[in-house]
Parts: sequence; C-alpha cells; structure tokens
Amino acid sequence: MGQDNHHKLEIFRGMIKFKSNVQKIWGVLIFLSIVTAVEVALGIIKPQVLMSTFLSMKLINWIFVILTLVKAYYITWDFMHMRDETFGLQASVVITLIFLIAYAAFIFLVEGNYIYDVMYESFVSWNF
Amino acid sequence: MSSTISSSEIQNNWDGGSKPLDASYGKLMMWFFIVSDALTFTGFLVAYGFSRFKNIDSWPIADEVFYHFPFLHGVDAPMYYVALMTFILIFSSVTMVLAVDAGHNNKKNKVAVYMLLTIFGGAVFVGSQAWEWVNFIKGEYGALETKGGQIIQFVDSNNSNKRIALKDFVVEIPEYRERQKKNNGLWYLTESSLPTYSLEEVNQGFMANKNILVKSEKIDETGHKIILTREESELKVSQAVFVVEGANLIRNEYGNRLFADFFFFITGFHGFHVFTGVIINIIIFINVLLGTYEKRGHYEMVEKVGLYWHFVDLVWVFVFTFFYLV
Repeated sequence: MGQDNHHKLEIFRGMIKFKSNVQKIWGVLIFLSIVTAVEVALGIIKPQVLMSTFLSMKLINWIFVILTLVKAYYITWDFMHMRDETFGLQASVVITLIFLIAYAAFIFLVEGNYIYDVMYESFVSWNF
Repeated sequence: MSSTISSSEIQNNWDGGSKPLDASYGKLMMWFFIVSDALTFTGFLVAYGFSRFKNIDSWPIADEVFYHFPFLHGVDAPMYYVALMTFILIFSSVTMVLAVDAGHNNKKNKVAVYMLLTIFGGAVFVGSQAWEWVNFIKGEYGALETKGGQIIQFVDSNNSNKRIALKDFVVEIPEYRERQKKNNGLWYLTESSLPTYSLEEVNQGFMANKNILVKSEKIDETGHKIILTREESELKVSQAVFVVEGANLIRNEYGNRLFADFFFFITGFHGFHVFTGVIINIIIFINVLLGTYEKRGHYEMVEKVGLYWHFVDLVWVFVFTFFYLV
C-alpha cells in the first residue's frame, strides 16, 4: 500500500537511514538495548571516576538521567510515531510535559534538599 | 487509511472534515490522556525524589534490596532481574509497533500474531513484577526498629560484614504468644501478624554472638551504609522496640518507611497500567481476529492502543532509572 512513504526513516539526524519502517523499528530496538545495557553495566560496576559530584548530584546519576531521556526520546519519536506527526502536535505534547515536569522536579527537589539541611543543622537529632 | 491526510487536499478548513494537527480524533484524545497520565506519574516520582533528597544520607540502597534472581537462591545479583524486565517490556513494545505497521499494510494475520506476542510480553512483565513484590514483602534477613523509626540491620563481622538473617542467630525462647484477634481478646482490639521471633529472642541472640554488628541506615561519603562498632551496636539494639520482617505499608526491613510506600505505589501504579494495557490488548486482539478492523478498512484502533502501550514502556524507563539505578 506504500504506507512506508509516510514514515520518516532516518535517525540520528540522518546518520542512519533505514529502507523500511520495520527495519527502522529493529534498528531502534538495537539502539535502546545498547543504552539499557550501558546503564546496567554502569550500575553494576559503579566506576569510581563517576562518583564525583557535579551540580549536587553524582556524575553517574547525571549519566543515568541523560540516557533515560535519550531512551524516552526514541520511544516517543519512533515507537509512538511522533516523528511523523505535525510540529503542532509534537510541541503541544513535549513542551507542556517538559515545562511542567522540569518545574515540579525543580521545586520538589530543592524543597527536599532544604528540609534535609534544616534537619542536619538544627538542634533536633535523629539518634534514638 | 489511518495515516495523515495532507491538509492541502482540503479546500476550506471551515467546511468540516479537516483534522486539527493532522491527527484523528481518537489519536489526539489518546495523546491528551498520555500527557495527563504522564503528569500523574510525575507527581509520584517527584514525591519520591523529594523524600529521597530529604533523607539523602539514610535512604536504602537499591542494590541491597533488589538482588534476587529466579532459580538463583542466595546469589547476589543486583539489577539483573529488573534489567531483564526492562528488556521484556521494550521487546513487547517492539512487537506492538510491528503490529501497528502490519495494520498500516492491512495484514490481518500479522497484526494478530504481533498482538499476541505483545500480550505475552506484557503478561510476563506483570508476572515478574508480582515475583519482585513477593520477595520484597517476604524479606530475607529481618531487622529491628527503634522507637524513632530507625531500622537496625545485622551483619556478621566473621563473614566480611555480610548481612546475617535473624533466624541464624536468635536464641529461641519457648514461650508462646498468640496473635490478638477480635475473637480471642478484647473484641475491639486486633493486631497484625506477629513476627517469627520476639524482641527478647533477637536481643539474647545478639548478646550471645559477639561477632554480630549493626548496620545503620546512615550512608558514608563512599555511598556505603555505616557499620557500627560492637559498643555502639549494643546501645542501638537496646533501643529497639520492634522486630521487622519483610515489608508492608507501615514498616519495612530495608530502611526508611517511605521507601516501601513509594515502591508499592509507584511500581504498583505502573503494574496496574501494564495490567490494563494487557486487558485492552486482548480486547483489540479479539477484534482483530473477528475482522472488525478489516471491515472498517483501517487498523487505527491498534495504533491507539499501541500509543498507550508505548507510554507504559516509557514510564517504566523512568521508574527503572529512579528506583533501581540512581
């Protein structure tokens, strides 16, 4: 039926081009598997180099968060076919979520950290 | 066909028939739902992050909680099982997207086969989660809880400070205390199931074995739980008021009470999504077999349920990171 014409068949900004939609699906699966394998390997080995703190979080945790966002991007863009949708739909979903999630995460984590500091420096101690 | 219709074919947008954002009503509504559901999970995960940052120096370490693997008893295998679950879910996502693709090409049998594989993957995932819950609820080592709600775990200093289970060192005292129920005590008083060992039995066992030390909840700079000296351990154990085995919504042997609560709520809510996803997939699968979509001329329904299924996979990617990796 020639439906494949409606799918954009490039990933990594055109570095990898697929011949058909099915081929692209397997390609994305391989990529997601590699990312997950890297995450698991890092989680098991826990390299000492990555244990230093950067912006009040361990380097290794930053890597985990970034790799998670990478996976989220490819699941949404290729499995959920967001790549083939109009810019309007992409923007309404992604900008809304990124704004609200980033905002919620920011205020909740800062608040949690603040309460930790208060409990740490106050005269109340949790030693019973 | 379910794919986008170019809006240039439509002369006037006000004549009706044109689709906003070039997406059909059903798909647009599914995206609406996904956005709102994503925010629900955001609420759960940021609340988890809040509690974790609040207790950043005493939060349980995931590798010390989730180390079971089927058929490997007593083997320390952190992460492998959840990694396997992640692969299973990603793979079922792939079979789902293959079903959607087969639907675009109107291949009924292919859609059915891929839907069946997706249902199978989802069922295996839910089963794995149930197994994970069973291990979590049962617990393996047991612990004590102090009046202040701190969890005291035990390690064996003769065995390179490995965890030691309560059953391996308690002194059993032949006394029997029955669980209070409505029908054997005061009619308005009940209690939850009693732990296998009483506080006194654990205390005596601890005093009799000088090699046993306490593993506190606090984490040192290198990210390991601090193990107390024998004197500190004895002081700590004297403050204990409860024997904790496994986990429930009130207390758990792994550490902070909120840890188990978030585990149950986040993985439970996600598991509920997978479960409903499997049910919806089964309904769609039956409809595919009955030829409903073939008669309709398009398989957009498969595409819509596919969106939901991928979303469930997407959420798991985040749960996996924030609960098991970070």
